[in-house]
Amino acid sequence: MLVSIIFIPIGVASLYASRDVVEIIDRYETDCLPENSRSNKDQKVQYIQGPGNKTCSRTIRVPKHMKKPIYVYYQLDNFYQNHRRYVKSRSDEQLRKNSSASDVDACKPEDNGVNGLPIVPCGLIAWSLFNDTYTFSRNSQKLVVNKKGISWKSDREHKFGKDVYPKNFQNGTLRGGKLLDSSIPLSEQEDLIVWMRTAALPTFRKLYGKIEEDLQPNDVIQVILENNYNTYSFSGKKKLVLSTTSWLGGKNDFLGIAYLTVGGLCFFLAVAFTVVYLVKPRQLGDPSYLSWNRNPGGH
Amino acid sequence: MAERRKRGIHFSKLYSFSCIRSSFEDDHSQIGQRGYSRIAYCNDPDNPEAVQLRYRGNYVSTTKYTAVNFIPKSLFEQFRRVANFYFLVVACVSFSPLAPYTAVSVLAPLMVVIGATMAKEAVEDWRRRKQDIEANNRKVEVYGRNHTFYETRWKNLRVGDIVKVHKDDYFPADLLLLSSSYEDGICYVETMNLDGETNLKLKHSLEVTSHLRDDKSFNDFMAVIKCEDPNENLYSFVGTLYYDGKQYPLSIQQILLRDSKLKNTEFIYGAVVFTGHDTKVMQNATDPPSKRSKIERRMDKIIYILFSTLILVSFIGSFFFGIETKNDISHGRYRRWYLRPDHATIFYDAKKAPLAAFFHFLTALMLYGYLIPISLYVSIEIVKVLQSVFINHDQDMYYEETDRPAHARTSNLNEELGQVDTILSDKTGTLTCNSMEFVKSSIAGTAYGRGVTEVELALASRERDGQTDDMPSDVLGQSRDVGGSESSIKGFNFRDERIENGQWVNEPQSDIIQKFFRVLAICHTAIPDSDKESGEISYEAESPDEAAFVIAARELGFEFYGRTQTSIYLHELDYKTGKKVDRVYELLHVLEFSSSRKRMSVIVRSPENQLLLLCKGADSVMFEKLAKGERMFEAQTKDHINKYAEAGLRTLVIAYRELSEDEYKKWEEEFLKAKTSVSIDRDALVDAAADKIERDLILLGATAVEDKLQKGVPECINKLSQAGIKIWVLTGDKMETAVNIGYACSLLRQDMKQIIITLDSPDIIALENKGIKRQFPRYNSKASMESIGKQLREGISQIHSAKESSSSAQKCSIAFGLIIDGKSLEFSLKKTYEKTFFELATNCASVICCRSTPKQKARVTRLVKLETGKTTLSIGDGANDVGMLQEADIGVGISGVEGMQAVMASDFAIAQFRFLERLLLVHGHWCYRRISMMICYFFYKNITFGFTLFWYEAYTSFSGQPAYNDWYMSFYNVFFTSLPVIALGVFDQDVSARLCLKYPVLYLEGVDNILFSWPRIFGWMVNGVISSIIVFFFTTNSMINQAFRKDGKVVDFEVLGVTMYTCVVWAVNCQMALAINYFTWIQHFFIWGSIAFWYIFLVIYGSISPTVSTTAYKVLVEACAPSVLYWLVTFLVVICTLLPYFSYRAFQTRFHPMYHDLIQQKRLEGSHTNNSGELPLRVRGKLRHLRERLNNRAP
Repeated sequence: MLVSIIFIPIGVASLYASRDVVEIIDRYETDCLPENSRSNKDQKVQYIQGPGNKTCSRTIRVPKHMKKPIYVYYQLDNFYQNHRRYVKSRSDEQLRKNSSASDVDACKPEDNGVNGLPIVPCGLIAWSLFNDTYTFSRNSQKLVVNKKGISWKSDREHKFGKDVYPKNFQNGTLRGGKLLDSSIPLSEQEDLIVWMRTAALPTFRKLYGKIEEDLQPNDVIQVILENNYNTYSFSGKKKLVLSTTSWLGGKNDFLGIAYLTVGGLCFFLAVAFTVVYLVKPRQLGDPSYLSWNRNPGGH
Repeated sequence: MAERRKRGIHFSKLYSFSCIRSSFEDDHSQIGQRGYSRIAYCNDPDNPEAVQLRYRGNYVSTTKYTAVNFIPKSLFEQFRRVANFYFLVVACVSFSPLAPYTAVSVLAPLMVVIGATMAKEAVEDWRRRKQDIEANNRKVEVYGRNHTFYETRWKNLRVGDIVKVHKDDYFPADLLLLSSSYEDGICYVETMNLDGETNLKLKHSLEVTSHLRDDKSFNDFMAVIKCEDPNENLYSFVGTLYYDGKQYPLSIQQILLRDSKLKNTEFIYGAVVFTGHDTKVMQNATDPPSKRSKIERRMDKIIYILFSTLILVSFIGSFFFGIETKNDISHGRYRRWYLRPDHATIFYDAKKAPLAAFFHFLTALMLYGYLIPISLYVSIEIVKVLQSVFINHDQDMYYEETDRPAHARTSNLNEELGQVDTILSDKTGTLTCNSMEFVKSSIAGTAYGRGVTEVELALASRERDGQTDDMPSDVLGQSRDVGGSESSIKGFNFRDERIENGQWVNEPQSDIIQKFFRVLAICHTAIPDSDKESGEISYEAESPDEAAFVIAARELGFEFYGRTQTSIYLHELDYKTGKKVDRVYELLHVLEFSSSRKRMSVIVRSPENQLLLLCKGADSVMFEKLAKGERMFEAQTKDHINKYAEAGLRTLVIAYRELSEDEYKKWEEEFLKAKTSVSIDRDALVDAAADKIERDLILLGATAVEDKLQKGVPECINKLSQAGIKIWVLTGDKMETAVNIGYACSLLRQDMKQIIITLDSPDIIALENKGIKRQFPRYNSKASMESIGKQLREGISQIHSAKESSSSAQKCSIAFGLIIDGKSLEFSLKKTYEKTFFELATNCASVICCRSTPKQKARVTRLVKLETGKTTLSIGDGANDVGMLQEADIGVGISGVEGMQAVMASDFAIAQFRFLERLLLVHGHWCYRRISMMICYFFYKNITFGFTLFWYEAYTSFSGQPAYNDWYMSFYNVFFTSLPVIALGVFDQDVSARLCLKYPVLYLEGVDNILFSWPRIFGWMVNGVISSIIVFFFTTNSMINQAFRKDGKVVDFEVLGVTMYTCVVWAVNCQMALAINYFTWIQHFFIWGSIAFWYIFLVIYGSISPTVSTTAYKVLVEACAPSVLYWLVTFLVVICTLLPYFSYRAFQTRFHPMYHDLIQQKRLEGSHTNNSGELPLRVRGKLRHLRERLNNRAP
């Protein structure tokens, strides 16, 4: 009973917070393929791995007023960033200090480049860096995407060195993902930092940037995106997400509903117990049998 | 001289002598054959033939390990525990790259566990070793080559050595008695360490060797003993002495057993027959077994189940992993290209997916190893040690008189104390103080003696119980103190101002009283032993009864102070003058006590030259022998005897007869003829002769002796039986004694029907007497077997018929008491009758086995243990109980007067039998509860944790990536969850000690193993799985994808790990808080401290350099703590994980309460209303229900 009294208000509050959040999701991995490459997986992979312009244009309508900041996410699906091999394939030492550049034991097979020199940043995670890009415009006016501060502060300051610059990156025969500007230290490559903080589950969102402007209802936003990243070989989806936040974070009704359900359940159980107890109390015993120490025979 | 010799022969006329003679032909003929091959060359141990035989030396070792085999053997013992073995394997494998975490985190706890346990074993064994060393190095005098006796150590003795043992020394080996300081070669032996009896036993040498009475006579002594092989039978020996070219049969009468003590004899000479481990006492000692409690054994089963789960889960994991990995490359294309399947190591090689899957299987075994709680063993070990500390320090089990607290010698079995189903108890020294007290007498039809006996008290208290519901134990205790314990003289508790201090002279029948006490003072075989300094006289008697009589006579003015072979000396109070006079009675004949005669007489010539026959005996035989005309107060005496018997006293009828010279002469001739006859039925002839003189007796009165129970025994037994515990008494005593004690300690009741199984029945005796045994030895044992079988079947059919009749009449079920003697037991324990015997025994409320040897005791214990499959506890105090103590699931030693052997072999030692009540009902109950709760909880918490790992695995395509940081995982069992469990294991109590004792029914929870039943265990396991599901799915669903903070950051691997882990720590600790019944600040401290510690740990661990903390770097401070969602999820998940158990418990306490719930409720309500006397009605109903169940348990 007590539980339900506490739970139901929390549930209502969190549900309310969640409903307050405006979220726009645009799935684009199929739509951004040319018509003739959509039929089967091989064609999709061929297309994505092939050369040529992969620019794609998407239109998004804003349903409700969106207050700044509006967070831009990309969401990948069926991508096992939490695979043990993947997670381990990095060198924290190397990322932190310039002097440990050759500390690449854990990074195989992306440890040393073709020239035999260590790759910085090494490992599968960095190698497979996400490389789709988005540009937004509203009424043909460009919306600036702020890419500063999308990573954790501790990561920038303590895990990625200011004096560590990308070296020998993506120069192997097989190219993974995004190229890095070798003149910018890792601590400022926030896309990499975000990517390197591996996701917990195979479906995940990662922060792409922030739009520091309010969006009005029925605004039409034009997104020019470069569809570079290969999710086709593992049948992964790609989504672009624009979302505001509340005090509770993003849009998710689960918590509110769960609180309400559990609260309700508790309430129901408490009532049921009481009713059963009041209606049908247990049989009274014959008090004369109470003298259970009269007869010593427990034998 | 001649007189003396005659007296010696007289003494040696003991029943076993006749046995030997009759059995000589069959048993002795087997000498030299199989089983009877031992040869000892007396006084010639260096004889080449003797050396060739290579009998073991007299060195004795009772230790479990030796210095050499300690490490391997104890390690082996350790790794017999499945879990330990598993962790050893894991530790080895974890050095390979297969391991999902670091090797140290597995190895360290394992080393601690094994090390601690091994140290414990080593200390225990060292103690045993020290005892052995002490025993092996005792000194003894041996006859050497230079024809003198020299001192040597016990361990150097060899078979065939001649040794000289002095008064009050222990015999170093099994010896053949050659001669003693007495001319006739007798000696007295105390066998307390063998059978627990403190009375002296008489041994006598063969006549041919009894002349070897000084050191020189062994110069040319040479003899050969051929005898049976070493065996454990204390009461028989078959052998032949070849001496001077002749053969002499040897019996147990000539054998002095190791560990018994020479008494009242200056010295003896003996030849060593059995040494060291061949001695009978060592043969009787079963190896000290490593005992393990039932719960622990079941725990192993649970661990097997967990192993199966582990393997299943791992298999599922690696199966899917294999498929996923295989799919990474199909038709030359890479599916998950970001994993570079083309460059994978063997563990992820898509081309060799089955192999990769196999390796993954190993990894998974390690990863899900968290399902198996490694710290369980350590924690249980710690908890048990602490529990035993509690037991050791319990003030209520401290016995002031001997300054002995209770002592838990092995801590393995604490919880087993809460599950005892059958108690097998020794009698002497355990139930009784092993002293007889003369309490009452009936003289000339008048009852004297105002003492109150235990049984009377018990009866009185039972009646009182009937009237009032509340416990009268305090009242009882008080009345006991008043009634009993002020007696200052051991063996004498006779209070009657009419008799004491010479007042009896004023009684109307004073001449009869005088005769009565005179009989007591003369008619016995005790030996006075006067203390030279104080002048006080103590008595060494063959039975404590006799000692009690002599003491009583002394206290009342008839002091027996000296005995020679032919006369008895008394200080006597003359009733006419009231002065003390010395009187000498000439002892003419002693007509010995035997179990068939049930009486004993002496014929003496008084100083007035009057021939007197003084006789005492059982009422059943004595009343027939009374003279026709002299039955004045027969009716009153009979009445008194019945009353005494009901009061649990041992009664004897005292009578006398005056003989005329003629009659005596005539009779003596006949008697001597009978005695010197060599026919087989000599005993029968002697008995018949004795019978002729023991007639026309004049009744004097009857005595009543109390075999004094220890304090509180009847109450304790009563309580224990209320708790549903069955009690068996296994004793070496005579049947009559055992039955009396049974009554005294309310084990047998007047309304019980006795089933007696014995071979002393007339037809069997008749068979023996007719000598059929000689001609058809096989036939005889067959007849015995048949007789036993018949008796057993009859017993069972009796019970069945009683049951049928009682089932129709419901309430009035007749309880049965089974009494069985040693010889019958021997047959009953044979394969053919084992089952029948057991069926009969379990159907009886009480079982008493008399005349049982230590080995038999152990065998009965084993039978009970194996057949019922329930927990047995044996309790005893003497060395004769050692086998039984070791055989039972729990051995409890009474650290009383009888040496320390029993205590050394026991698992728990207490000072008094009554402490057993507290030990079982309070400590046993608590420990059982605690340990079973603890184990269930352990499995719960590890399953919760382990399964979150598994669910997470499912989302990482089973790649073996743990959801948590390595160090979170290693600390899970060590810091975040272990201390509260230990606190639970040490401090939790469902109800207070007072209530435990008040409601013995509570104990049934343990006997029925309710708290550790499979449904309950699985319940906890399922609860664990549910918790893990809630933790994982609630967390992921509410946190994943969307931003979890205001600043738009999303949940990643680290944050999810921390959140899940937080939820697990909270859930597991709060679950504990729900399960605990009894909070002390320690529990609060540990539970909330553990949770707090998790946060503190996160902060500290998160603030050290990211090289060490990796994923945990600043995760709490920076990422989680500012997020409201994180806290809300924690709260939701914790409450949800608690709900299933909480509602289950709420439902259970309301609608199907367990016993302790009822009592807790009652206590609560009682404290609210201050009306604790009345139970709430609901509770009453439940208790009634319980009562019925309890009755149904009974046969």
